[in-house]
Amino acid sequence: MMRRAAILLPPLLWLLLLVAAPVAILAGIALSEAAPGVPPFIPPISPEGGWQGTFANLLTLVQDDTYAAAFLRSLVVAFVTAVLCLVLAYPMALGIAAAREGWRVPLLALVLLPVWTGFLPRLGAWIGLLRDGGWVNGVLLALGFTEGPVPLLYTDAALYLGMVHAYLPFAVLPLAATLLRRDLSVEEAAADLGASPWVVFRTVTLPLSLPGAAAAFLLVFIPAAGEFVIPELLGPPEALLVGRALWAEFFQNRDWPLAAALAVALLALLILPIRLFQRMEEDGGSRRGASPPSRGSGRSPEGPKP
Amino acid sequence: MVEPLLRLEGVTRRFGATVALDALDLDIAPGEFVALLGGSGSGKSTLLRIVAGFEAADAGRVLLQGRDIGALPPHARPVSMMFQSYALFPHLSVFDNVAYGLRRDGVARPEIARRVAEALAMVGLTGLEGRRPAQLSGGQRQRVALVRSLVKRPPLLLLDEPLGALDAGLRERTGFELRALQRATGAGFVMVTHDQGEALALADRVAVLDRGRLAQVGPPRQLYDRPATRYVAEFLGAANILEGGLRPDGAVDCAAGCTLRLATPAGCEAGAPVALALRPERIRIVAAPPAENGITARLRDLAFRGDGWMAVVALPGGGDWRVALPADAAPPAPGAAVALAWDAESLVVLAA
Repeated sequence: MMRRAAILLPPLLWLLLLVAAPVAILAGIALSEAAPGVPPFIPPISPEGGWQGTFANLLTLVQDDTYAAAFLRSLVVAFVTAVLCLVLAYPMALGIAAAREGWRVPLLALVLLPVWTGFLPRLGAWIGLLRDGGWVNGVLLALGFTEGPVPLLYTDAALYLGMVHAYLPFAVLPLAATLLRRDLSVEEAAADLGASPWVVFRTVTLPLSLPGAAAAFLLVFIPAAGEFVIPELLGPPEALLVGRALWAEFFQNRDWPLAAALAVALLALLILPIRLFQRMEEDGGSRRGASPPSRGSGRSPEGPKP
Repeated sequence: MVEPLLRLEGVTRRFGATVALDALDLDIAPGEFVALLGGSGSGKSTLLRIVAGFEAADAGRVLLQGRDIGALPPHARPVSMMFQSYALFPHLSVFDNVAYGLRRDGVARPEIARRVAEALAMVGLTGLEGRRPAQLSGGQRQRVALVRSLVKRPPLLLLDEPLGALDAGLRERTGFELRALQRATGAGFVMVTHDQGEALALADRVAVLDRGRLAQVGPPRQLYDRPATRYVAEFLGAANILEGGLRPDGAVDCAAGCTLRLATPAGCEAGAPVALALRPERIRIVAAPPAENGITARLRDLAFRGDGWMAVVALPGGGDWRVALPADAAPPAPGAAVALAWDAESLVVLAA
C-alpha cells in the first residue's frame, strides 16, 4: 500500500499542481467580471460577498460570430496541418522502420534536428525566404518566371508551410515507434497468401498502424489548434485564429476573463477528439478482450497481448 | 519416376562467412510429407524461407513442378507457408483470416464463404468465424493458421515448427490431425522441426540437416535403425556411440572394453578406427556377458520414464552408455554390476 502510494504520488502531484490547479484557476477567471486593477478582474467567489461571478464571457463566445469563426478556422487549420503532417510523416516513418538497425537512431535524430534550432529562428528563416524581397522571389525574378514579386508571405500556403515544418517531428515519432514494433511475419504471411507489396501495405501494414497514426494526428492537432505565433508571423493577417484572439484579449485588451473563457472553450473542444481516440482504443480492446463462451476445444481464450 | 513436386538443386545460402545451406539437393514427391530435422543453425528454416521466396539462394535452383520459381516474388509462388508464430492477422476475424488468400485470387464471394466454412469445419472451428485471433486459444490459433494456408489448395505447404508453440498434450493430438489433413488434401508437406519425435511420427521421409548439408534422408524407420552418420545417430533418439579399431577377422575392439562382432562387414581396412551406434533399447541385461557383443558395466544412475527405465552405466574402458530397461522388471540398484548383451544386427556402422 505504502509503495503504491509512493509510486502514484509524484504523477498525482504533478497533475494536481500543473494541470488541475491551473485549469481551475482559468475556469475561475473565465467566470469573473473584468475590472480595472491588478489582477484585472473581480474573483467570482469572495469570502464576504459569496457568488459574484458571471457567465457573460462564455456567452460572448457563443453570441459573437467573430469568436465562433475563430474557433472554426483554428480547427480547420489544425485539421489540415495534422493531415498534411500524417501524409508526409508516414513514408518517413516507414523509411526509418525499414532502415538498417544502425541507421534508425541517426535518422530519427535528423527528424528532430529542426526542433533543436529553436522556434523563432526557423520562422525568421521562412520570412527571409518568402517575403517579397526574399530568396524565393529573388530566384523567380532572376530566372524571369515573374515580372514582380509573387505574394508568398502572409498567405495560407506560408501558414501551412510553417505549421507542417514545426509539427512534422511530432507525427513522425509515434508513427515510427508503431511501425518499428510491427510483426513482419504477418506481412510475410500476407505476401505468401498472394498479396502484392501494395496490397500487403493496404490490407495489413496500414490498418495495423492506425493507432500510431491516431496518436500522431492528435499530437499535431491539439497544439496546432491553439497555435498563434506561426499564424501571426506567416499567415494572412485578416484571418483570426483562437490563439491570436486569446493573445489579443489577454495582452492588448487586458480582458483576462474573456481570454480565460476562450482558453477554457478551446480546452473543452480539444477534449472531444481525445475522448474519441480513447473510445476507439477501448472499443478495439474490448472487441479483443471480451469474448463469447468458447466452443471448440473448450479452453479459455487468452486475453489481448500486452 | 513421377516428376518431383519440389526439386532443390545445389541450393546454397551464405550469411557473411557462415554457410547456412551448402549445395543442397532434395526431391519431394507429390503428396509426400517430408520433415526437415536439425538443430538450431542447421539451415532448416532458411531452406523453407528460400522455397517460400522470403530469402534468395546464392546459388542453385528451386523447381516447383518442373518450373524454376527462384525469380518469383513470394506472392507469385503457388506454395503456402504456415509460420511458427502463426502470423495471423490480428485485426481480422477468423473468417477474414482464412478468406484472405482466396480474396487475393479474386474468388467469387459465395465460393469464398463455402470454402472457408468447409476449411473451418475440417479443423472443428465452425462457430468461431467472428472471433479475433486474440480471442482464441493457442490450439485454435494454430488450426486457423493451418487452414488459412491450406484453403487455397496449394500443391505444397511449408510448415515452420507447426507444433512448436503447443503444450505437450495438445501436440500429439494435433500431430495426428496434421497427418490426417495432409492425407485428405493430398498436398505435399515440408515441415521444419527440431523435435525428432515429431519428425519420426509424422513424416513419410525425414531429412536430417547438419550445418547446411543433408546428413541423411529416408523413411523414419530407416533413419532410426540405420543412421548413416554420428550426427544422425545422436540426433535421432539417444544412441550410444561405440568407438574402436577393426581387427583382421572383422570384429571390432571397442574402447569401452569389449569385442564387437558385426552382422555385416564394416567396409574398411583392418586397423582403421570405426564408430558404431547402439540404441539403448537394443541392450538387455543378462546373467553373464557373452564373450562377444557383451560387457559387464556398473550402474551409475537410473531414471523412471513411465514406459520403462533409462539407466546410465559406466564402462570398464571409460565413458557412459545409456540402457533402456522395461518397466515390469525390477531394475538393479545403483552401484551394482550389470551384465549386458546385444545382437550383432543392432550395431550400426557410422560413416567417419
